[in-house]
Amino acid sequence: MHNFDFAKPSTIAEAAKALAADGAQALSGGQTLIPTMKQRLAAPGVLVSLTGIAEMQGVCMGDGGLHIGAATPHAVVAKEAKAHYPALAALAGGIGDPAVRSRGTIGGSIANNDPAACYPSAVLASGATVVTNKRKIAADDYFQGLFTTALEEGEFVTSVIFPIPSSAAYVKFNQPASRFALTGVFVAKYADGVRVAVTGAGNDGVFRWKEAEAALSGNFSADALSGLTVDPDGMIADLHGSAAYRANLVKVLTGRAVTAAG
Amino acid sequence: MPKDHGIGASLKRREDVRFLTGRGVYTDDMALHGQTYAVFVRSTVAHGRIKSVNTAKAAAMPGVLAVFTGEDFKDVGGNPAGWLINSRDGTPMREPKRPVLAHGKVRHVGDAYAAVVAETYAQAKDAAQQIADDSVIEELPAIVDMKAAVADASNRVHDEIPDNLCFDWGWIEDNRAAVDAAMQAAPHKVTLELVNNRLVPNAMEPRASIGEYNPGTGDYKLTTTSQNPHLTRLLVAAFVLGIPENKLTVVAPDVGGGFGSKIYHYGEEALVLAAAKKLARPVRWTAERSESFLTDAHGRDHVTKIELGCTKDGQILAIRTETLANVGAYLSNFSTATPTFLHGTLMAGPYKVPHVYVNVKTVFTNTAPVDAYRGAGRPEATYSLERIIDKMCRELNLDPFEVRRKNLLTPDQFPYTTPVGLVYDTGNYQATLDKAMAMADVSGFAKRAAESKARGKLRGMGLSTWIEACGIAPSHLVGILGSRVGLYDAATVRVNATGNISVMTGAHSHGQGHETVFAQIVAEKLGIPESSVEIVHGDTSKIPFGMGSYGSRSLAVCGTAMTKAVDKIIAKGKKIAAHMLEASEGDITFEDGKFQVAGTDKAKTFGEIAFSAYVPHNYPLETLEPGLEETAFYDPANFTYPAGAYICEVEVDEGTGKVDVVAFHCADDFGNVMNPLIVEGQVHGGVGQGIGQALLEFTTYDENGQLLTGSYMDYPMPRAEDVPFYNVDYSCQTPCTHNPLGVKGCGEAGAIGSPPAVVNAVIDALHRGGHTHVKHIDMPVSPSRVWSAING
Repeated sequence: MHNFDFAKPSTIAEAAKALAADGAQALSGGQTLIPTMKQRLAAPGVLVSLTGIAEMQGVCMGDGGLHIGAATPHAVVAKEAKAHYPALAALAGGIGDPAVRSRGTIGGSIANNDPAACYPSAVLASGATVVTNKRKIAADDYFQGLFTTALEEGEFVTSVIFPIPSSAAYVKFNQPASRFALTGVFVAKYADGVRVAVTGAGNDGVFRWKEAEAALSGNFSADALSGLTVDPDGMIADLHGSAAYRANLVKVLTGRAVTAAG
Repeated sequence: MPKDHGIGASLKRREDVRFLTGRGVYTDDMALHGQTYAVFVRSTVAHGRIKSVNTAKAAAMPGVLAVFTGEDFKDVGGNPAGWLINSRDGTPMREPKRPVLAHGKVRHVGDAYAAVVAETYAQAKDAAQQIADDSVIEELPAIVDMKAAVADASNRVHDEIPDNLCFDWGWIEDNRAAVDAAMQAAPHKVTLELVNNRLVPNAMEPRASIGEYNPGTGDYKLTTTSQNPHLTRLLVAAFVLGIPENKLTVVAPDVGGGFGSKIYHYGEEALVLAAAKKLARPVRWTAERSESFLTDAHGRDHVTKIELGCTKDGQILAIRTETLANVGAYLSNFSTATPTFLHGTLMAGPYKVPHVYVNVKTVFTNTAPVDAYRGAGRPEATYSLERIIDKMCRELNLDPFEVRRKNLLTPDQFPYTTPVGLVYDTGNYQATLDKAMAMADVSGFAKRAAESKARGKLRGMGLSTWIEACGIAPSHLVGILGSRVGLYDAATVRVNATGNISVMTGAHSHGQGHETVFAQIVAEKLGIPESSVEIVHGDTSKIPFGMGSYGSRSLAVCGTAMTKAVDKIIAKGKKIAAHMLEASEGDITFEDGKFQVAGTDKAKTFGEIAFSAYVPHNYPLETLEPGLEETAFYDPANFTYPAGAYICEVEVDEGTGKVDVVAFHCADDFGNVMNPLIVEGQVHGGVGQGIGQALLEFTTYDENGQLLTGSYMDYPMPRAEDVPFYNVDYSCQTPCTHNPLGVKGCGEAGAIGSPPAVVNAVIDALHRGGHTHVKHIDMPVSPSRVWSAING
């Protein structure tokens, strides 16, 4: 790790100001950034911690659904979202291990937009709203490819608002080493239809499986998927699974998520 | 009532108090006055010619005290291979020198070609990066695939070795024609090609070394993560740096696991010593986890074709194997023994097989060196054998349990000379098979399979009846086989004046629990409490010349040396007691800590005798030396041969291909058991590693020789949720016939016996699910491989 300066602002405005500095980098739970710095693959001049900002912490019901502060650790979401959005709480409780869940945050996860991270699937499947220090962004507009989001220079996530579905489930198949999602499927059923978001499988990161959404919106059961196929084109192929294997997982896990959602 | 002390008691490990409360002292925990930090400059290419290493800028950077390159060590001796293997044609193996730092060429990613020593770690790190930036290494095509390495003579890991072949070994070459004939004549022949996957050892504690030098005395000290400090001292002193052995102390303090990877001497140890001398300051180095992945000696990595000839009813007639064994870029110390004498000699298994022939070609590649890893050769033999027997059973529609029973040696056949050069002293393989079958409730399997099916899972059962040769090793035998060292061990038992005891052992404990179990043995023999016995290990300035711990040897070899030293103590005690009790020595008995004149109540306690030895006021000084301290060396007459039967049950998820091990039953014969709790722990750990190999772990280099599984993001280690609650039994005991404790080794058993049981269970599950086209899946039997096999 190289030397760096460290700032820990206590308001969103202060954070925005600190991040305007040359070479500044936002730090949330640090679960990706810190290991990257330790390997000297990143060397920001200033780290601006977002974890000391009270308004970016916590889980509560509010306008438009469940509001989760961007700097809220996974372990807190696992505990406090349970009563309101159990599938989301279960997802948070299944990320990494206890140490990761105590430090890692929802804002950090979706700002990084790792193609195998869990949270993007929940945000996309829920049609959630990503709130930043500048604006509100619909989930469908927010995720823009591998490690790429709609966030602009100097912009950071401050909270996420999740509409509460009538039923939902997340089923994740672990990559055996990292325990990221080799493939993970989040299914959420709303009055106006079903949304299915897939993480871990797509070459362009999290995506909606719209054919499944259409089939499930008519018949919310695993059987509704039987006629569908997933095209391996565009699926990730790596050491842990081929594109065809991941395409299979998308279908199998979607069915299991529907069954689990009930 | 189970015993609560002495031999056979399940005492909790005394060392765990310090380990579990953070009070262990590992190499990296030691802070030394004036210490400096070494960082190595490692090749980022797998194969390259070093054009220039420019250290001038780095040397001028803040805090930098010294820089070293391969040229600085060009003329010092090489780190040697411990075994000389001859090829089938009688020519000796090709033995390239392994340098302290690479010069001329780099031969694997991670190969160190320069080093920096600085005041701080960060300064050393910055300077190392500078050297990397200022060096020119011309990348050459990487040699990764073994078959290609042997086929393409134009591209060489070592320029002087034209076909990248270390040796082409036949075992036993004289039997080859007879085996070929038997195979030809066999009514049925089974063939299987398989890969024994390369594993990264992943000890919890990475390698670390501290070099010290005292210019006032000329003494060196190396504190290092070693499984055998004396062998390291011998290698560093005599073979690499040319330091007199008596001027070098090697200390291996608490060591957090080794699994084989810390048996060997590595260049980093030589570098910190040389740097310490140059600077007259302590020089320390601790591997980053990435360095461990790139540079610790890896394990396994065999590609094997095995053939088996048998009768139609499953009597095995002949076995023949051809193996390519990867030795990596350099010969690590035991690397030539592992694929040969620790592998080929086990290819008859626990079976009566008249004809066995093993051929191993060991190949240099541009990958990390490969050497012994928990089990070392024996897991490779067991896996090949138990997988092909399983395949035979499927091809001939035979019951795998009955086929094993039919072929197993029977208790009346011992001692048994195998066709591959070993003499099994004792065993009862039917007993462990019966026991495992009872433990596993084999007859209840159908019901369990139906229950699994109701939950959408395919259930399968796999068997492995394994044997291994450990307690390494009889020196006379391994000498014939090419070993360049003896493999005895030694212990000193020092009775202090107040009657308590320090035992100095050549064995090194890096997780095995020696401090507990060795104390139990001494306490039992002397009739004193364990708390009176201290076990000292890991410091060449304190212990007798021993050969360390690996090959499940500590108890069988060093434990025997210790037992013999205690016997000498008792014998001397009898002499002292005879004098004090005014009786003849022959009339003195020793029992329960008391020296007694037989048939009388005249007696002296052990403590009284000890005191008399050190305060010899009433003592036969004219015929007997004062003091009570004895050393014994012990060289075993044979290997020990633990054996057992393992039964694994798995559930396979057809949708995802995921395999869950739902039950694992181990019936082992370890001879007499000194501490059941520790034995169970060793089996649990070994089976856990075996399940890791079978289901999860793999090491992948790409075609450029880059390690793709170089971190825990991609290298899957088994976790608690990947293993079941083990069902372990060691009640079938045929005591070893040639050591006084009657013990066999237990440390590697689990890792040897378990992988084929797991894979056999997966194949069984798939067949029961109708996927009968799946004949074999290479390890790791990962979800994607299982799914691909089902859908292939």
